[in-house]
Amino acid sequence: MTTLLRVEGLRLYFRTAAGPVRAVDGIDLEVARGRTVAVLGESGCGKTSLARAVLRLLPRNVAHYSGRVWLDGQDLIDLPEDRFRREVRWVRLSIVPQAAMNALNPVLRIGDQVAEPLWLHGRVRSAAEARAQVEDALRRVGVPADYVDRYPFELSGGMRQRVAIAMALILRPDLVVLDEPTSALDVLTQANLLNVLKTLRHELGTSFLLITHDLATASELADDIALMYAGQIVEFAPARQFLPHPQHPYARALRAAVVSLREDRTPQPLPGQPPSLLRPPPGCRFADRCAFRFDRCSTPPPRVRAGEGEVSCWLFAEGGSRVD
Amino acid sequence: MKASLRELVRYPSAVAGLCILAFLVALSVYAVVAIPYGEAIRLWSGGEALWSRNPRYARPEWVGWLWGGQLPRTLVVRSPGAPARVRDVAGGVRQLEFSLPFDYPYRRFPPELAVFLQADYREQAPQVEFGWRRPDGSQVPLANLSPRRRDVYRISADGDLRRALGGAPEVVLFSRPDRPGEAAPGRYTLEVRAYLFEPSSAVQVELVVYGEVHGLAGTDHLRRDLTLPLLWGTPIALAFGLLAAVGSSLSTLLIAAVGAWYGGWVDGLIQRITEVNLILPALPILILIGTLYSRSLWVILGAVVLLGIFGGGIKTYRALFLQVRESPYVEAARAYGVGNLRMVVVYLVPRAIPVLLPQFVTLIPGFVFLEATLALLGLGDPVLPTWGKVIEDAYRAGALYVGHAYWVLQPAAMLVLSGLAFTLLGFSLDRVFNPRLREL
Repeated sequence: MTTLLRVEGLRLYFRTAAGPVRAVDGIDLEVARGRTVAVLGESGCGKTSLARAVLRLLPRNVAHYSGRVWLDGQDLIDLPEDRFRREVRWVRLSIVPQAAMNALNPVLRIGDQVAEPLWLHGRVRSAAEARAQVEDALRRVGVPADYVDRYPFELSGGMRQRVAIAMALILRPDLVVLDEPTSALDVLTQANLLNVLKTLRHELGTSFLLITHDLATASELADDIALMYAGQIVEFAPARQFLPHPQHPYARALRAAVVSLREDRTPQPLPGQPPSLLRPPPGCRFADRCAFRFDRCSTPPPRVRAGEGEVSCWLFAEGGSRVD
Repeated sequence: MKASLRELVRYPSAVAGLCILAFLVALSVYAVVAIPYGEAIRLWSGGEALWSRNPRYARPEWVGWLWGGQLPRTLVVRSPGAPARVRDVAGGVRQLEFSLPFDYPYRRFPPELAVFLQADYREQAPQVEFGWRRPDGSQVPLANLSPRRRDVYRISADGDLRRALGGAPEVVLFSRPDRPGEAAPGRYTLEVRAYLFEPSSAVQVELVVYGEVHGLAGTDHLRRDLTLPLLWGTPIALAFGLLAAVGSSLSTLLIAAVGAWYGGWVDGLIQRITEVNLILPALPILILIGTLYSRSLWVILGAVVLLGIFGGGIKTYRALFLQVRESPYVEAARAYGVGNLRMVVVYLVPRAIPVLLPQFVTLIPGFVFLEATLALLGLGDPVLPTWGKVIEDAYRAGALYVGHAYWVLQPAAMLVLSGLAFTLLGFSLDRVFNPRLREL
């Protein structure tokens, strides 16, 4: 299995009046070719900032941006912006942005909108060629062909989301970042869309980096799950291990808070709030809410193997009292 | 677009506006086709000689209809092709005699009388004698003159005749002996006796009894038919208003979008220029340009556009674009590689069109009125026939004091009409494009 995307020590801090916000604070991540990695985490833990940092779609108030990103062995951080725009972004690495249903230009017809990347990257020479590719892309995501002449406001949220996915896939990138692709939709539409994504994964062999706060969505689609907490990844494991047997105390607390169909138990809420990213605690960031906290937790935890995955927790380090 | 139009037609005000506009456009097309640009300028600035057969200060014909046909119209009587009598006098001199009879049906006196002469000769001009015969047969001798090749004998301005008759000729010649305050309708005759001193000499005579009404729009102090400026003023006003509005509002929109998108010093520069421009008084600048440089309408148009580019609209549009700039679709577009130019033109600017269009339409009459304002300040185009020019002439001639209301009211009505058309249309467009206004 070859590594498609490798992220090392990625940091993205935002400038605010109160000081830098450490939205992405030292992320290490790997996406293997053809696999789907779900970045799971609660709101405000830096998931979207991670996506922005990988795609170099930085807002104006960046205070600090560092780390290394390789795509298929090519270093993306040192690439000049115009080359990044021409050769990487959307061509090999595209994104379905958060609230993708609002990501369509309201004054362009669907067909023209989806064709925009084709024209911008010089993939087509005639309108007929573009139209053929657009219709093909729309068919793949289940948008009827007669929608090409409609405007975004004439489409439902689910249809717009599909159009955004079609647009992300139109240049056949290696990796698509799906930023909360289903969060604004009703469950039925969510299920439909997840089926579309599953089919696409099989048909095109595209890798997905799925960003979600929803354990259910992650479980539907992900091969690997990266659990994020307060700007850091606390557990990275194959879904088949993570879902039944989460390791990190935060992962366990999440699992306990979710209703299960097969077990008879009461969901347990997780008390407290994530720490402020303005001044995060020096040690383990989950320590304040952790039931297994002990004195070593006031220093940053190491990343250690746990089963098939990796966990950043002192419990699993040498000498830690691993709990099961 | 088609849908917007269909929706627009649902508003009666829009239909009314469109009808007036269609009328004005039809008028413009007719004006441009019927009287070419150069011809219009020639007629308008040609001076009195071109219009000599028109009465001065004549009211429009429709005013005559309102008076029940009582206002005299202009009568033109030409000398017959063959003279009534030719007689050889001694020494190769010929005497021609002919009469120009005409029916005068009015009870009001004509304002003016004139005879236009055309005399053909080599060296010695003919001698011409005029006589006047009233319906009752009484005769009055008029002048005796030796005309130039083209000459005008203005009977009403003949001082000797005035003294001899003891009153204004046009009154005395037409008055009834029994009722001196009223013109006598009936058959009048101008008797002409000409002495020709050369064999090839000839004389042609044309009597003009000026009326009190003329044409669709009357005439001004230079006898010019006001139909010309009222007709030709339409395309000029529409062109001026439209070009000024397009020039200033489109460029404003584009500049605002550029500033909002690039931000930083570009935005700062645009904002500072706008702020400086906003405190510059436009009218005095236009007066300066008109006085010191050129009064050509097209130069003024250029200045208006230049002053309008960095207008207050920039602030409004910028506020809108700053919001649009942060919208998800713009960020998405940045992700799939939309460049700066395309971003401004395809992603930002179209969002402001619904705001721009009604504003743009209501902006047009403002510029039309500006042209009239400038003309009234004496800065109108010196050669073009415009509505503002007519009002200015009327103002200078004190038209309203001496009762020539038609002179002021007609161009004013055209201005009101064009303003009404665009305002009605603009308000309806606003309702179509800003659905929130519909509930109001």
